[in-house]
Amino acid sequence: MHNTNYHKASSASEAASLLSGADDGALLAGGQTLIPTMKQRLAAPSDLVDISGASDMRGITVSGNSVTIGAMTTHAEVAASKELAAVCPGITSLAGGIGDPAVRHRGTLGGSVANNDPAADYPAAMLALGATIKTDKREIAADDFFTGMFSTALDEGEIITSVSFTAPASCAYAKFPNPASRYAMCGVFVAKGDSGVRVAVTGAGDDGVFRQSDMEAALASNFSAGALDGVSVSADGMLSDIHGDAAYRANLVKVMAKRAVAAAS
Amino acid sequence: MSEGIGAAVKRKEDKRFITGAGRYTDDIRLENQAYAAFVRSPHAHAKVTGIDKSAAEAMEGVLAVLDGKQLTGDGIGNIICGWAITSKDGSPMNMGAWSALATDKVRYVGDAVVAVIAETKAQALAAAEAVDVSYEELPVAANIGAALADGAPQIHDNAPGNVIYDWEIGELQATDDAIAGAAHVTEMDITNNRLSPNAMEPRSAITKYDAAEDHYTLYTTSQNPHVARLVLSAFYQVAPEHKLRVIAPDVGGGFGSKIYIYPEEIVCLWAALKTKRSIKWTADRTEAFLTDAHGRDHVTNAKMGFDADGNIVGFKVSTKANFGAYMSLFSSAVPTYLYATLLSGTYNIPNIYAEVLAVYSNTVPVDAYRGAGRPEASYVVERMMETAAREMGKDPAELRRQNFVREFPHQTPVIMNYDSGDFEGNLNQAMEAADWAGFEGRKAQSAANGKLRGIGMACYIEACGIAPSAAVGSLGAGVGLWESAEVRVNPVGTIEILTGSHSHGQGHETTFAQVVADRFGVPLDSIQIVHGDTDKVQFGMGTYGSRSGPVGMSAIVKALDKVEAKVKKIGAHLLEEPEENIVIEEGTVKATGTNKALGWHEIGLAAYTAHNLPPDMEPGLKEGAFYDPLNFTFPMGCFICEVEVDPETGKTEILKFVASDDFGVIINPMIVEGQVHGGIAQGVGQALLEEVVYDADGQQLSASYMDYTMPRADDVPSYDVLHHNTKCTTNPLGMKGCGEAGAIGSPPAVINAITNAIGNNDISMPATPAKVWAAINSAKMAAE
Ligand SMILES: Cc1cc2nc3c(=O)[nH]c(=O)nc-3n(C[C@H](O)[C@H](O)[C@H](O)COP(=O)(O)OP(=O)(O)OC[C@H]3O[C@@H](n4cnc5c(N)ncnc54)[C@H](O)[C@@H]3O)c2cc1C
Repeated sequence: MHNTNYHKASSASEAASLLSGADDGALLAGGQTLIPTMKQRLAAPSDLVDISGASDMRGITVSGNSVTIGAMTTHAEVAASKELAAVCPGITSLAGGIGDPAVRHRGTLGGSVANNDPAADYPAAMLALGATIKTDKREIAADDFFTGMFSTALDEGEIITSVSFTAPASCAYAKFPNPASRYAMCGVFVAKGDSGVRVAVTGAGDDGVFRQSDMEAALASNFSAGALDGVSVSADGMLSDIHGDAAYRANLVKVMAKRAVAAAS
Repeated sequence: MSEGIGAAVKRKEDKRFITGAGRYTDDIRLENQAYAAFVRSPHAHAKVTGIDKSAAEAMEGVLAVLDGKQLTGDGIGNIICGWAITSKDGSPMNMGAWSALATDKVRYVGDAVVAVIAETKAQALAAAEAVDVSYEELPVAANIGAALADGAPQIHDNAPGNVIYDWEIGELQATDDAIAGAAHVTEMDITNNRLSPNAMEPRSAITKYDAAEDHYTLYTTSQNPHVARLVLSAFYQVAPEHKLRVIAPDVGGGFGSKIYIYPEEIVCLWAALKTKRSIKWTADRTEAFLTDAHGRDHVTNAKMGFDADGNIVGFKVSTKANFGAYMSLFSSAVPTYLYATLLSGTYNIPNIYAEVLAVYSNTVPVDAYRGAGRPEASYVVERMMETAAREMGKDPAELRRQNFVREFPHQTPVIMNYDSGDFEGNLNQAMEAADWAGFEGRKAQSAANGKLRGIGMACYIEACGIAPSAAVGSLGAGVGLWESAEVRVNPVGTIEILTGSHSHGQGHETTFAQVVADRFGVPLDSIQIVHGDTDKVQFGMGTYGSRSGPVGMSAIVKALDKVEAKVKKIGAHLLEEPEENIVIEEGTVKATGTNKALGWHEIGLAAYTAHNLPPDMEPGLKEGAFYDPLNFTFPMGCFICEVEVDPETGKTEILKFVASDDFGVIINPMIVEGQVHGGIAQGVGQALLEEVVYDADGQQLSASYMDYTMPRADDVPSYDVLHHNTKCTTNPLGMKGCGEAGAIGSPPAVINAITNAIGNNDISMPATPAKVWAAINSAKMAAE
């Protein structure tokens, strides 16, 4: 690891000012992605702004169907939230399936969403739930937020403070883990809400998380796993790597979507 | 005797390991210690056209920036392979030069080019990044096919066509004739995947040079510190043997990868002299992937002929073995004498012929990895037997049973002479435990749940306890493969056992002590095992090939024989009874038929005070022995694996795994069971999960745990570990060895089960979900 200056912020605004004062600063949330990258000397920020003490960025609020989750809320906190499970079990089970207990107790929703790893789980939930990503500057709809592999609509120095969404009538997440990393080889989040059905796929696409509109259409009129039988998933645009080719991933999209729908029905 | 042979005593060493008090190489800090970092080639094949060290040399804390020209200029020798193999045409193998720091050319990604020595590790790493090496890239051959293709890049000038040797064993004509006359011939192309050893503790070295004494010390992660010292002095000329002390303290797993002497140890010793500083280097996990010797990587064509009754009449095997960019220490022996000599399996095969083409490629050097050659052989033989049974419409168990070797000793056509075994006994035991007969019912149940269930077996045999020195010498080995031991009984009766074997997870401190406790009836606590230090133990050949039991313990037994003889003489003298009446029981020296007895400590005291010893007896109670094995030992077993495959995703779940092994006499059943568990986990890893993948440019695509699938606890089943043992007839304890068997027998059992489940025999390891899914679909398409 290269040398770096460490700062600890107690709020989002303090983090923003520390960050703007730094040469080449980076936010440090759970550090589950950033620290390994720094240890491999692939990232060398001049300054680290630790936001683990930013209490205004943490916590889960459920009021009726309205859900807000602070960016610094850990995967373990989401997984364990009974309030959240009551209205949106898809997201609690998703969080419980991220990494291992150590990762879940450090890693945060904000870090995961900001990083937008093409195999990360949360982006699928954000997209399928039609979530709003709140930053220290604005609100961004999930549909506009994820702009491709490891790329988001965030500006330089912009800080995610929370995400919010309306809990759907039913939802579920089905994940086929990559055998090595246990990130998603293919993860499908299905949500059936007032405004229709949304199906978001992570891990499988060659440009990050995406919505599967053919499936959304098929499920809109018939929300059952069988409704997906007639949907063909093309291998075009699917990721191909040493763990599976595009045809295999296209197959997984369908299998996982059916399992998610079955779990949500 | 509750602590002796056969007792499942808890491991003595675990107190320090479990409480975090183990002392590994990286835990050691020497005075005046500096750190090394290596600049490694980012290219798989390139000429080194220039090295600009100026920026690095100017950096804070940098003590030296050392390159290959300086190294060879100082007379440091090339790294060698210690086993000479002769080709079919009588020519010697073509060993290319391997300098610890590349001089003119780099041949794999990770090849060390420059070493930076600095005050701190961070400074060394930073300066290493500042070294500017210029390369002229060359075409790359990253696999066997590319290395053997017409016009392939020439990796070493003295290995034309990248061929190291073209070796054969057995009778070609007789085998061809037998197969030509066979009623049925099974032919398969079989690939054995490339694996990374992944010891939990990465390699590490700390070196010290004492100018006043002109003496060197090397602390290193080694399975065989004496061999390291021998090679470092005799071949690499880093230090004279009597001026070099090699210490391998606690070592956290080796699996073969810590047998070899790597560039980093050589460079750190040399750099200690150059800088007059102690030098420490510890690999990070990326360096481990990029530089630890890999295992396996074979491509094989095999033909097996059967007569009309299903008896094997001939077996012909043609294998290409990937050696990587350089010949590592034992590399040449692995696909020859540790592989082709096991191709008779557990069967009576009258005619066998095998040829092996050893090939250079622009990849990490390949050498022995848990099983070393025998997993490759058992995979070929047991995949062939299973496939032949399916093709001939025979029950796979019956085909094996019919062809088993039943009389011992049994001379195979490929050197090995099996001394003992009851192969059918293991088969029966495993089939019963697996409820083989009830499989069809379970399969129907799975089918009702939309799952594909399969069952597969493998009857492996392997060779441990390498090996009679004269025999291996005649086959090209550069060393003898005996083992030594010394038994020191102290004046107070406590005992130290000095052994040339080395424990890096095997539990020698417990099992070796059990052998002594068993012999004299003294408490386990009074026995200490000393190993891993060339200044303490006179010489030893180290631990690999499951030899610590059959060879290392046999040396201890020989030394114990001498101690026992002397103790009895002293006892007879002191008790004034005839020597033949003296017995040693429960730590007491007694004269039978009398009530005269001496405590164990009284004998020790008498030996060292020497006030009253038999005339002409030397004082003291210390005996040494060298044991040269009479033969290999032949552990065998029957493994049965039952799987369920999800046809939608191709994911395999192992539902049951039964291992019935014949390990001969077992010293500690708990430790043996642990060895079997670990071995099967590695075998399941090879069969389902693990593979080192290179792209065509020679970049490792699997060089981290994000992409290299190490088995996790939930990937492996609970095993049923059973034994049906027959005593080995060629060593004093009757032991066969158990360290590798799990990794040897399990891959074919797993693949036989999966192919049985999915109805497609064409699948290569690792059988990942993606591959299994594709195989299911191509079988479906073929059926339509
Ligand atoms: C062993 C292991 C297994 C894992 N398995 C999975 C898995 O199965 N599924 C999965 O989805 N993930 C997995 N992860 C990743 C894990 O979920 C991480 O928590 C996540 O990727 C990053 O979150 P973090 O809080 O650790 O962020 P950090 O590593 O601290 O930061 C990541 C990046 O996001 C930026 N950032 C952090 N917070 C904010 C914010 N509030 N606003 C703007 N930018 C911000 C940082 O500057 C940095 O660039 C795994 C990680 C590990 C180490």
